[in-house]
Amino acid sequence: MKNLLEKLTQTPGVSGYENEIREVIRKEIEPFADDIQIDVMGNLIARKGIKKSGGKRIMISSHMDEIGLMASHINDKGFVYVATIGGVNPLTCFGARVKFLNGTEGVVYAETKKMDKVPTVDQLFVDVGADSAETCPVKVGDEAVFVRSFLDMGNRVVSKAIDDRIGCLVAIETIKALKDSPNELFFVFSTQEEVGLRGAKTSAFSINPEMGIAIDVTIAADVPHCEPGNPALGKGPCIKVRDGSLIAHPKVIDAMKKAADRAGIEVQMEVLRHAGTDAGAIQLVRSGVPAGCLSIACRYVHSPSEMVDINDVNESVRLLVDLLSNPVDL
Amino acid sequence: MIKEEKSTIDSLPVLPESSVQLLEELSNAVGVSGNENEIRSIIRREVSSVADNLTTDTIGNLIAVKHAKNDHALRVMVAAHMDEVGFMIVDKESDGIFKFQVVGGIDERALAGKAVQVGKKHAPGVIGACPVHLSTPAEREVILKTENLRIDTGPGSKDIEIGDYATFSTKFKRMGGSFCGKAIDNRIGVATLIELLKNAPDSIELIAAFTVQEEVGLRGAEVAAYNINPDFAFVIDCTPANDQPAWDHSENTLYRTKLGQGPAIYTNDSRTLYDHRLIRYLSDLGDRYGIRYQYRQPASGGTDAGAIHTSRSGIPTISLSVPGRYTHTAASVIRKADWEEHYRLMTVALRHIDADILKENR
Repeated sequence: MKNLLEKLTQTPGVSGYENEIREVIRKEIEPFADDIQIDVMGNLIARKGIKKSGGKRIMISSHMDEIGLMASHINDKGFVYVATIGGVNPLTCFGARVKFLNGTEGVVYAETKKMDKVPTVDQLFVDVGADSAETCPVKVGDEAVFVRSFLDMGNRVVSKAIDDRIGCLVAIETIKALKDSPNELFFVFSTQEEVGLRGAKTSAFSINPEMGIAIDVTIAADVPHCEPGNPALGKGPCIKVRDGSLIAHPKVIDAMKKAADRAGIEVQMEVLRHAGTDAGAIQLVRSGVPAGCLSIACRYVHSPSEMVDINDVNESVRLLVDLLSNPVDL
Repeated sequence: MIKEEKSTIDSLPVLPESSVQLLEELSNAVGVSGNENEIRSIIRREVSSVADNLTTDTIGNLIAVKHAKNDHALRVMVAAHMDEVGFMIVDKESDGIFKFQVVGGIDERALAGKAVQVGKKHAPGVIGACPVHLSTPAEREVILKTENLRIDTGPGSKDIEIGDYATFSTKFKRMGGSFCGKAIDNRIGVATLIELLKNAPDSIELIAAFTVQEEVGLRGAEVAAYNINPDFAFVIDCTPANDQPAWDHSENTLYRTKLGQGPAIYTNDSRTLYDHRLIRYLSDLGDRYGIRYQYRQPASGGTDAGAIHTSRSGIPTISLSVPGRYTHTAASVIRKADWEEHYRLMTVALRHIDADILKENR
């Protein structure tokens, strides 16, 4: 599973250009899905099973996209000024390496005489080794991902793009483990979550589900002097109660708790003050969809070194398999 | 009207002089968000004889359809918003003196001293400012907030009511190779869409959506897209060009677009990451036909595409805009040459659009 996670996190898939990561996921799930579709927004939608008596149409969404940069200006000296794609913190950019989708690699730095204050996004540039605009292999609109290798610490793993390839991993492992279910399951590997939950919105419209669940990371509050919060690494999957985009449907929360009880899984309740997940978009589609979110506690979210505990991942798969294998009472 | 040899596919259309006159009429007309009647009437007059179907929906979008020769042709939506930024009267302070609020995005620094037109009868007025003789240096350092400004229409303006709209009263001008006027954002798109409709290729069903309330949150486009549910959508608009040197002569890296570089293909804005298949479609056509184009820098802002591309199950959408300086002020400036190239690129884009563009997954 760690090998697959390494492959998932190291494959580029910045918002709007998710084709490469989509191919990796498609190959992984193809033998286990009954039907696979790719829609206009680039969402990968895998159906498993058909609705039986007592079952429901359930959408499970993990986003494939990751944060990154987009070239906004190439200056005379060949430096590439950038805009951010998703919530990139300029603090994590000093000295970071990025790779544009055409293969060009570069170093991020910022206009500053001394490295003594947080740069604005406008001050960030990428040095790709070019010495003029004419020889620069990047053009305005080209996207780049952060480069950071996968680190296996035993229980803990670290990489760029853990948000939300860890959710993709949980969904993939769930599809593989599911045997029989009364539910018709639509696993969506969604696009453009980081820029505004856009892929989830359109795929949920197509699927028209009776229940929606996002699988995503949440901010772990177990590091020194961080914002207070509940989730901690290694304490089990988090059941989201609310975030900036969603107040989870109480019956979805109940269903997740019951599944955890049945399978004997320790869970954490999660309340996030800000941010959002695909569940926020799913709940508002058409006439409304009961929605919730299964989160995996993650440290250093949106930095190139995001950390999760592998036991939380395993337990999330177990919880989801139990939840989706049984009738859900809404 | 288009000077085009039908036999040579590579010949490119030219905007007729009549479309400049139409732009002048549209720029001078008043249509602040929520009050687009006047603009809709002009468009109706222009397209009623060419459109196969012309309807106004509940929110006020004017939808003009030109059928294809064949039944199963692609349904292509082209959207241009009719509304402009402006003001709304919110209180009558004394006879002829009105408090107001801004409708859409206007920089408060660009308000004091501007001539405006108010209410249904376009009563002339001015946003008052303290004369320089009487203001202290300290006062001149302070930016006047809208709540501290008043519109002065002179006494006896009985027809003006709370809730009435107002806008700048700048008259359209031709300045060398440029045009100057208020509301060029987005009457330039409206004028272009009218011309595209008049010269629609019969290979597609062209659905021209003249939308309302873009400036206050893409509201017209949201319902129009849901209703139309097209195979493709193009959004034509006016996009800011902040292309002059920086005040401190540092490198200007945030120009968004530049005048004289052709129409701007969008890459990314607040609401849309544009479909790379359509970005490539437009740039390839530009290269093939020798039509100049530029990429709009990825940055905040947005167009009707933001609402359209996430409608229903998702709609392949692209924005192509004419760059404009000083947009959302009393006087914006565009280059005629950029408009010409914009019209040409849109013309060939509609002519060649093909479902094969979507063969490769996004």
